[in-house]
Amino acid sequence: MNWHAVKVIYINEMMRTFRTLAQSVASPVISTSLYFVVFGSAIGSRIESIDGVSYGAFLVPGLMMLSLLTQSISNASFGIYFPKFIGTIYEILSAPISHFEILLGYVGAAATKSLIIGTIILITASFFVELRIAHPVWMVSFFVLTCVTFSLLGFIIGIWADNFEKLQLVPLLVITPLVFLGGSFYSIDMLPPAWQTVSLFNPVLYLISGFRWSFFEISDVSVGWSLIAVIAFLLACLSVVGWMFKTGYKLKN
Amino acid sequence: MSTILSVENLTKRYASGHEALKNINLEIEEGEILALLGPNGAGKTTLISIICGIVNASEGRVIVAGHDNVTAFRKTRSLIGLVPQELTLGSFDRVSDTVSFSRGLFGRGRDDAWVEQLLKDLSLWDKRDSEIMTLSGGMKRRVLIAKALAHKPRVLFLDEPTAGVDVELRKDMWEIVSKLREDGVTIILTTHYIEEAEAIADRVGVISKGELLLVENKASLMQKLGTKQLIVELRTAANALPPALSEFDLELSADGQHITYTYDVRAERTGITSLLQSLQQAGLELRDLQTRQSSLEEIFVNLVNEQ
Repeated sequence: MNWHAVKVIYINEMMRTFRTLAQSVASPVISTSLYFVVFGSAIGSRIESIDGVSYGAFLVPGLMMLSLLTQSISNASFGIYFPKFIGTIYEILSAPISHFEILLGYVGAAATKSLIIGTIILITASFFVELRIAHPVWMVSFFVLTCVTFSLLGFIIGIWADNFEKLQLVPLLVITPLVFLGGSFYSIDMLPPAWQTVSLFNPVLYLISGFRWSFFEISDVSVGWSLIAVIAFLLACLSVVGWMFKTGYKLKN
Repeated sequence: MSTILSVENLTKRYASGHEALKNINLEIEEGEILALLGPNGAGKTTLISIICGIVNASEGRVIVAGHDNVTAFRKTRSLIGLVPQELTLGSFDRVSDTVSFSRGLFGRGRDDAWVEQLLKDLSLWDKRDSEIMTLSGGMKRRVLIAKALAHKPRVLFLDEPTAGVDVELRKDMWEIVSKLREDGVTIILTTHYIEEAEAIADRVGVISKGELLLVENKASLMQKLGTKQLIVELRTAANALPPALSEFDLELSADGQHITYTYDVRAERTGITSLLQSLQQAGLELRDLQTRQSSLEEIFVNLVNEQ
């Protein structure tokens, strides 16, 4: 293992975050606070509690997931796309470093950022609503697995994208709708039966449901299914990355 | 001297069917400076990219110090440093940070003393805390060299190191190269500037349209392939060339003082003896004789045009 390389990539990526602190950390905190003010306090005060959980508290896992997904994808995709764009990727590709180590550096850093942002949101949320976490181990597991999985997805998008438009395409057109329709702001019980069935095909629903269960023990689908969904998605991303590295897809051809 | 790098039957074919490299074979001795000459799009950068692991080869293999560059990529890549053609650097990075980054990437631990020495050698020490975007093009080129040397490679690739660089910096670059050679670093450089190859290379390879046309010792290449010119200075100026000399490829200077005879040193007979006899028979008196070797540039142009 070339640990020195993993370390410098990781540190370099983290430095980039600190250089753009306002953009990387402050913006998710501000947008989350706005969600709380608008949905939690203004509108939420007129919504009954859901399965005994106040609407403000109910929102927290959904909002965290919303940020984790978008942040993981944007951080990881930008992290690998940017060296490709400016050409410094030559150095990574010519270094004595395995694909796994490249992945560890970039995805590790992106996932770490998401974990930091998620934690900040959780702390911010605790100022607005009373939080309890029923299953901390499950909560942390979903938290970490989501960050890693979606950072992997971001990495894939970053390699696939050959312009800035493509870089934005998936987060904007796929991920954001899936998160909004995946029960981040509501329980699917509130939907008409037909839409409930449709929602079950949304993979993000399983993530949010499992994550919310670890807080309040309420869920749209059973937690086992949630776990299977996250792991299946993780494995899918890993195999795509593996294939990309093996064929040199858009990197070495 | 031992072989440090050998390229065997290397071919690069793109999905479009375009062959960027056609069956390249090349052996490079430890400690030498090899210049790869070729027009744009000849395949120079592709060749370097494959050796360094940036591009996958379609066929053939590359051996560096006895190790295959695919199966033992960690060993081969840690022996190689690459200075790319484009000034590809992160604009917001600081000079010493980016050099340390390269060192780490190549599996070496932090070594501030070495980085300091490197930056001093490349006249970058004053700029160590500057952001890359504040540097001039020449300075950026130096940073790229410092990055490539950060892990003390034994083989250094310089892809067009002096493209778009002013005369002074080009001289500096040559000095850097000769100092590296003294330290025993093997250097492979690609260049458009033939005088550059002529000035610093031990051997010259010529690539055109993906084929390695030849690799020769610089001196013997010039001797072997060069045309030579015999310049005859006349005692009294001639108005025109005498008809008796029409069988020779001659040129009379405007002032009528000099006759230039171009001949091929590779030819079995150079024709010099009969020319001199004919000159005498034509009644021309000679004042002086001079021969001139063709430059690498002329050799190169001839080779690429022949293809």
